[in-house]
Amino acid sequence: MTDWLGYLSLILQGAAVTAKLTLMGSVFALIMAFVAGLGRLAPIALLRWLATVYIEFFRGTSVFVQLFWVYFVLPFAGITLSPLMAGVLVLGLNVGAYGAEVVRGAVLSVPKDQYEACIAVNLTRWQRMWHVILPQALPLMLPTFGNNAIELLKGTAVVSLISLSDMTFQAQVVRAQTGSTLVPFATILVLYFAMSLLISAAVRAVERRMTRGLDGVR
Amino acid sequence: MEWDWDFVYQIMPTLLAGLKLTLIITLVAAILAALLGLVFAILRRSSNPLIAQPIGFFLEFIRGTPLLVQLYFIFYVLPDLGIVLSPFVAGVIGMGLHYATYTAEVYRGGIENVARGQWEAARATNLTMRQTWVHVIIPQAIPPMIPALANYLIAMFKETPLLSAITVLELMNQAKSVANSSYRYIEPMTMVGALFLAISLISVVVLRFLEHRFGRPVR
Repeated sequence: MTDWLGYLSLILQGAAVTAKLTLMGSVFALIMAFVAGLGRLAPIALLRWLATVYIEFFRGTSVFVQLFWVYFVLPFAGITLSPLMAGVLVLGLNVGAYGAEVVRGAVLSVPKDQYEACIAVNLTRWQRMWHVILPQALPLMLPTFGNNAIELLKGTAVVSLISLSDMTFQAQVVRAQTGSTLVPFATILVLYFAMSLLISAAVRAVERRMTRGLDGVR
Repeated sequence: MEWDWDFVYQIMPTLLAGLKLTLIITLVAAILAALLGLVFAILRRSSNPLIAQPIGFFLEFIRGTPLLVQLYFIFYVLPDLGIVLSPFVAGVIGMGLHYATYTAEVYRGGIENVARGQWEAARATNLTMRQTWVHVIIPQAIPPMIPALANYLIAMFKETPLLSAITVLELMNQAKSVANSSYRYIEPMTMVGALFLAISLISVVVLRFLEHRFGRPVR
């Protein structure tokens, strides 16, 4: 009799790693999205240029290629990262690049008269962004951010290939030890799906919270 | 370790062989995704909830789970059920199915964008359901979708390295085997990144052209 409970707890340990990776990666991606997204709209040409290079570079190759590059090539440059660090770094940078376009699009979609009104009442650039533009742009970004977070969750499966013991890795361990294929893979598919449902529910909740009081404005 | 151009020239033929397979897989899987996506999109719109709802759930499920795990599922679980697939076929089915759920969403948007009057006119002229789809709805729905579909084609191209996990000898896997036998990681891995980046950047230019050509026609 196979000890399914033991194997299930192994997969759940992996699920914890996946959740941790998703959370840390999302936070990092969010930061990168705002830095690069606002960077593309910066008045300084160098910043715009840097942000564009970053975005095109990370959108031009997949998480997999970037992860292998970071994990296998950077050590030769003297930078050795743990699998977890490499995972968070790559997922954050990669999804951040997609998020940056979302930030840029949402900020640009705020009507021009809002900008003009800010200038008219003499707000500084910072005040204009913080008090007027971003509060209106954020609700527009949220649904796409939710999708990006789910893409990030799905991207975490790739880190199993650089031997980080996430859910997919543990499923492979269970497969190797029991010879059963259906049980471990069906289990993690369901768990991944549950996590992605959780993310979309959380994003919808945040969206409701943020659009409160904006009824009638749009 | 230093960058060695001689080594790069030496491994280029191997990498290009991998690139060729990558392109073939991308193309075959993209055709599958384009056809399957259309089927999904039409089934999803079915007026019979017994068809529409399970399909809807299935699409959500595929879209909410990692492609890598789906590939493992197809590659490891199906043989136990008596369906043995070569890595190439398993990879094409996995990628095609995964991206079909995305293209289905594109088709849905495209179909919904066809004006209501077109449906009504088709009914008024007594077209059958099949004629309505083939002669009225699809010809109008497809051109505006082309940029979005091309976008997913590029996405599929970028995701093909995942197939190395199920032993398909595409670009990434060729690079890995070169790296493992020569103990040199810098050149193969960097060249893979450079090749992907180069092709992606070129395709972005093509995409811009497609957007210009087909996206949002001026009415």
